[in-house]
Amino acid sequence: MKDDSVKHPQAAAEFLKDRAQAKWHDSAIWWVRQKRDAQAKQLPEWEELRRLAREIKAHTLSQLDDYLAQFEANAQKNGVTVHWAADADEHNRIVHDILAARQVKKLVKSKSMLTEECGLNPYLEQRGIEVVDTDLGERIVQLRHEAPSHIVMPAIHLKKEQISELFHKELGTEAGNNDPTYLTHAARANLREHFLTADAGLTGVNFAIAETGGVVVCTNEGNADLGTSLPPIHIASMGLEKIIPKLEHLGVFTRLLARSAIGSPVTTYTSHFHQARPGGEMHIVIVDNGRSDILGNEDFYQSLRCIRCGACMNTCPVYRRSSGFSYSYIIPGPIGSTLGPSRDMKKHGSMAFACSTCGSCSNVCPVKINLHEQLVLHRKKAFDQNLLPTGKKMGLLAMRFLTQHPALFDLGGKVMRKVVPIIPESLTRHSAWSRAGRDLPPMPAQSFKEQYQQRSQNKKDKQDKKDKEEQQ
Amino acid sequence: MKIGLFIPCFINELFPHVAMATLELLESLDCEVDYPLQQSCCGQPLANNGDSKGACDAAKRFTDVFHQYDYVVAPSGSCVSHVTHHYDWYIADNRDYQQLKPKVYEIIEFLQDVLKLEKLPKPVYFPHKVSIHQSCHGLRELHHASPSELMMPYHSRLESILKLVDGVEVALPERRDECCGFGGTFCVDEPELSTAMGEDRIAQHEATGAEFIVGADPSCLMHMGGIIRHQGKTIRPLHIVEILTGRGAAA
Repeated sequence: MKDDSVKHPQAAAEFLKDRAQAKWHDSAIWWVRQKRDAQAKQLPEWEELRRLAREIKAHTLSQLDDYLAQFEANAQKNGVTVHWAADADEHNRIVHDILAARQVKKLVKSKSMLTEECGLNPYLEQRGIEVVDTDLGERIVQLRHEAPSHIVMPAIHLKKEQISELFHKELGTEAGNNDPTYLTHAARANLREHFLTADAGLTGVNFAIAETGGVVVCTNEGNADLGTSLPPIHIASMGLEKIIPKLEHLGVFTRLLARSAIGSPVTTYTSHFHQARPGGEMHIVIVDNGRSDILGNEDFYQSLRCIRCGACMNTCPVYRRSSGFSYSYIIPGPIGSTLGPSRDMKKHGSMAFACSTCGSCSNVCPVKINLHEQLVLHRKKAFDQNLLPTGKKMGLLAMRFLTQHPALFDLGGKVMRKVVPIIPESLTRHSAWSRAGRDLPPMPAQSFKEQYQQRSQNKKDKQDKKDKEEQQ
Repeated sequence: MKIGLFIPCFINELFPHVAMATLELLESLDCEVDYPLQQSCCGQPLANNGDSKGACDAAKRFTDVFHQYDYVVAPSGSCVSHVTHHYDWYIADNRDYQQLKPKVYEIIEFLQDVLKLEKLPKPVYFPHKVSIHQSCHGLRELHHASPSELMMPYHSRLESILKLVDGVEVALPERRDECCGFGGTFCVDEPELSTAMGEDRIAQHEATGAEFIVGADPSCLMHMGGIIRHQGKTIRPLHIVEILTGRGAAA
């Protein structure tokens, strides 16, 4: 589980202490961003696809209640049981009730950020049900008792050496064998065992199609397919924003999703689930957990268009250099930094400030969410709720005053220019500007305003002199 | 054509030579330039930290000071972008602002789009290799260049205006438009992260073999300059107007 008390600046500084590891993290993720660029470049209609995706999602959100009702009715027609969960607790209770009623001992799960958000694993484990995450990256972080550090690549923060060590300890692999193929095979053999002995499978949902009542799950490892075809029970957990109206809309999103997420043209497995396998049962749990509050907020409703591709994280210079664990909310990076504060400003407010507002996230987003602007809008909320550190708030109020009083502003500037050069370095060394390795800029003797006034005066004097000479 | 010169607050105090170069460049192109003394800050630091009231007051003040000019020109993409792209959050219903908005230009935009500059007022020889620093707001909000995330034909205002300078060799750093890490008060909210971003960015500019990092936003140049001075590096940040006015080598 994530630690809600994480404050981004401190966590980022901590991560950056191992500069070599941080650089490796940055390059590993940037490599994915480059793969995404290469894929996007191959589609002449890329920007058109983004526009379409945005419009389809915007339209769906504008009539979400109708589409959800349509989806439910069609899913029920297919024999699927549909459940509604108002919050995380209710979601976990519903899942547990289904499992408990059928004496399920072991659940295999394909990766689902929604169940991370709901804290499903610990909930079920406390009630005696074994939960096995089957996505390789997710399995790795599960074995480490960590949360995913990235929504698409949950273990991107780990090097193969660290995984080798973990597998040696947990799965009994050969010590010091760092060969990725060897390690993957070991994980695969172990997971296969779990697939075969599980009583139920749970998947997330990438897209839910109102027209057909079916859900679509995208994985690269086929783990969702094994987890739903081997055990007799399939539970699909979905956020209520996952709806798209028609099957014909799906292609727009599947073309964008894999390319944006990992820079590959398609996801290896795009699986459609419309009903239970023969002799089995299928449940869909539709979860709100704060989403309808966001839908009702004119500044932030756009964030519900998100298709969880993670492209915003891969492009974000802050995320790449600070890792997913520097963010307090379960979803890190730009999209997490708007979703987190939407959920709880007090807990996740620092995320809205973990951003240089460079805007790369908004440009890379396949559904064109105005991410960097949303973070600034969250800062408005933080300011209004008096959540800024006192020193910063005082500074801003002083700035507010000076902005309205140019003469005082100029005086302040002048004092700064005169005083800074005579402050001993020992006093400035620990300032926020200098402590990480930045010198102050040289202080000019005059401001531009002073130079300009002098220039105007000189011009005037010259003209006066000329006029006088002409008169004589 | 009466131009109101908008000199953002930190440029006024810390980079008066950039402001002076901007003024002289415009004057040498026969523009009538006035610098209203009642201007202060455009309010971007307030807006970026969520102070809506402060940002709103600053936006109104800016509008009052500048709305009577035919054009408003400033040597900072970020501040111009705040005025043209974000004031609507605060004073969308202000009629003076709506009339003013399309008249506010970043200096390079103004030279290219309004003055249709085809040659510099006096020939400039700058026999140096420069690495272009594409500042984020100029890039992604003002579209000074094609951002690498968007699939569109390549263009770059800074590159094309540097073609008017003799002898200059233009380079683009690896990750051609990554943020330098300044980000307004982000640089003091997260100093370690901000500095790490700056260090990486400088290394990418250095790797081109350039002698200068050239940009149109003094704030990014100030941030990278602080790291460069601290580490005693030889590459130097330079605002593009300093090259265009022929002051570059001396700056």
